[in-house]
Amino acid sequence: MRSTHEFILRQHWELPKVPSIVSGSEKEAKRPEMEKPRTLYDKIIDAHIVRRLDGDAQCLLYIDRTILNEYTSPQAFSGLRDAGRNVWRPAAALMVVDHVNPTAAQRTREMPDAGAAGQVAYFADNARDFGIELFDILDPRQGVEHVVAPEQGLVMPGMVVAAGDSHTTAYGALGALGFGIGTSDIEHYLATQTLVYRRLKTMRITIDGAPLPGVTAKDIVMEVIRRIGADGATGYAVEFAGETIANLSVEGRMTICTMIVEAGARGAVIAADQKVLDYIEGRPRAPKGQMWLDACRAWLSLTSDSEARFDREEALRADDVVPMVSWGTSPDQASTITGRVPAPRGEPDGARRNAMIRALDYMGLVPGMAVDSIVIDHAFIGSCTNARIEDLRDAALILRGRRVAEGVRAIVVPGSSQVRRQAETEGLDRVFIDAGFEWRQSGCSMCLAMNDDILKAGDRCASSTNRNFEGRQGPGARTHLMSPAMVAAAAVSGHITDVRRFHEEV
Amino acid sequence: MQSFMRVSGRAAPMATPNVDTDVIMPKQFLKGVDRKGLDRGVFFALRFDPSGRPNPEFILNRAGWEDARFLVVGPNFGCGSSREHAVWGLSQLGIRALIGTSFAGIFNDNCHRNGILTVTLPPSQIEGLLARVGTPEGNALTIDLPKQTIAMTADGVKFSFEIEALRKDALIRGLDAVSATLVESADLIRTFETGHRAANPWFFSDV
Repeated sequence: MRSTHEFILRQHWELPKVPSIVSGSEKEAKRPEMEKPRTLYDKIIDAHIVRRLDGDAQCLLYIDRTILNEYTSPQAFSGLRDAGRNVWRPAAALMVVDHVNPTAAQRTREMPDAGAAGQVAYFADNARDFGIELFDILDPRQGVEHVVAPEQGLVMPGMVVAAGDSHTTAYGALGALGFGIGTSDIEHYLATQTLVYRRLKTMRITIDGAPLPGVTAKDIVMEVIRRIGADGATGYAVEFAGETIANLSVEGRMTICTMIVEAGARGAVIAADQKVLDYIEGRPRAPKGQMWLDACRAWLSLTSDSEARFDREEALRADDVVPMVSWGTSPDQASTITGRVPAPRGEPDGARRNAMIRALDYMGLVPGMAVDSIVIDHAFIGSCTNARIEDLRDAALILRGRRVAEGVRAIVVPGSSQVRRQAETEGLDRVFIDAGFEWRQSGCSMCLAMNDDILKAGDRCASSTNRNFEGRQGPGARTHLMSPAMVAAAAVSGHITDVRRFHEEV
Repeated sequence: MQSFMRVSGRAAPMATPNVDTDVIMPKQFLKGVDRKGLDRGVFFALRFDPSGRPNPEFILNRAGWEDARFLVVGPNFGCGSSREHAVWGLSQLGIRALIGTSFAGIFNDNCHRNGILTVTLPPSQIEGLLARVGTPEGNALTIDLPKQTIAMTADGVKFSFEIEALRKDALIRGLDAVSATLVESADLIRTFETGHRAANPWFFSDV
């Protein structure tokens, strides 16, 4: 790859440079601020403003791409139908069934209930009537939307991707700005290719240092969330930077960007580097030939200016991070694996103290008990946060030659059908099956349990997912968030345990 | 969308931080293709006991708060899933405004797209409001959006709030955002798109 340096120097002030960046009627709005050093987030936003609506606060933002799922999109399509409107650019959207489908090993079109069947049928009607590509349940490319879109090469650096799922922040890992929207905004997007958008404040989280063995991207992002809180990034777009991020794989970055929404971030970005180009190159929808070379040049130049100012800066040493486990019902209610369940009386804020008391009661935990003494009866590896091939490899490493503890039901749901096939090629399915895991088909599955993968009240699950909310995995069910390798370690131990013990044995 | 001008009614306190949209609208109510019947699902696990009867302890089931039109909420209300069903349900239950220190981003946008006003006030003022709406005698208030005030009926205390002009206008007019964008900006979008495609042809390689 050619040196990116000259492009960075040359293009910083020129990018965006085409007339479209400041549309014809807005020329007078081209202000001196455009000359100021800018963050990556601001560059991406500036390059997508169709018009300003409310000074600098709100704008009409052009959206490059959306991914639609069967449960947040139906009312948006109904709105279009009622108003007799078309989809502005059907080719910019992809529809993927992922939230409500079963994940039983044998794939069929059968849905677990009439509601899910109705949603999947209406989804297919909408794909056909509005001319949007659909990956349905039997499609070999089906999977969790945030795994599928990057896998297909649909997400590229510099894009703005908005979709009806909060974990759309995932695409920051590819140098794109991704964020979740509600159904009304899906309808607005479909009809106009734009959204009424409010510019966010910017936060940079710089992570340096080499993670200790056994510490993963999941532990790092859980530690970030624990430190800044479940609302710590509310109102912000977060840029991740630092040597730890640079050394992480693109998949690890996706884990971090996906989960930062649990701190309230309405968008995440990581500047694209050679790893991102390598990830995208050759994927089905990636540009080819000369266009690929042109794209790479533009993408590598898209970084925060060195003098750019962020509204907030946070820093973390990755070598301080140890494997993390959530003990409560909010993702910031988490501890190190070596820690103990905290006591509410240590919390000075009354409302937060009450929330802790309620969380401990819901979770059936007692202050002071060691986190690694918590006994589980379910283990789940899956979700947009942690079900990519690297996650499955990590878990398999722990499971090889071991058996799931008696009384634990363990399931693994690959992030996409393609991940599933890749894992089978590598023989990972045998490792999971031999250890006593159920090897299932792809979907959101037990991450949100709006399908038939659902826990009963009182069930306690070690889970590689992103949300430990009350009832998330089933009414009354208890979720402990952790990395896939930690889930594997808990599954074979029968209780939550420090995965680093296994690394010593390997 | 329902217009919001001047609305009077009772407010219920809900000080818990980080109330997520799974709690506001649990998964079993997400299986529709329309927006109907979602009032039943709001705070379902808190409002009803396992047999489906109202939980007498829950604030919206208690005398003096059953017909609440406003909620005074804890920080980061509406975090988590993007599901707009949470907002449709609140609206169907008759909730017109939420008052708190901070709201989760997607949820906040969803509220404004459905005529629910979210008012952000500093923590000290929220504490004052929570104390007042914690009794049936003190929980009536009037929100005047054009004037940007909340007036307590019992003691006449007023709180002023800030709101972006664009959101205020959309709420007051009960605006259909899609038709507004198409009417006012369709040509600009087309012009922008042409230039955007020229600058980033790879984003359009699917067409």
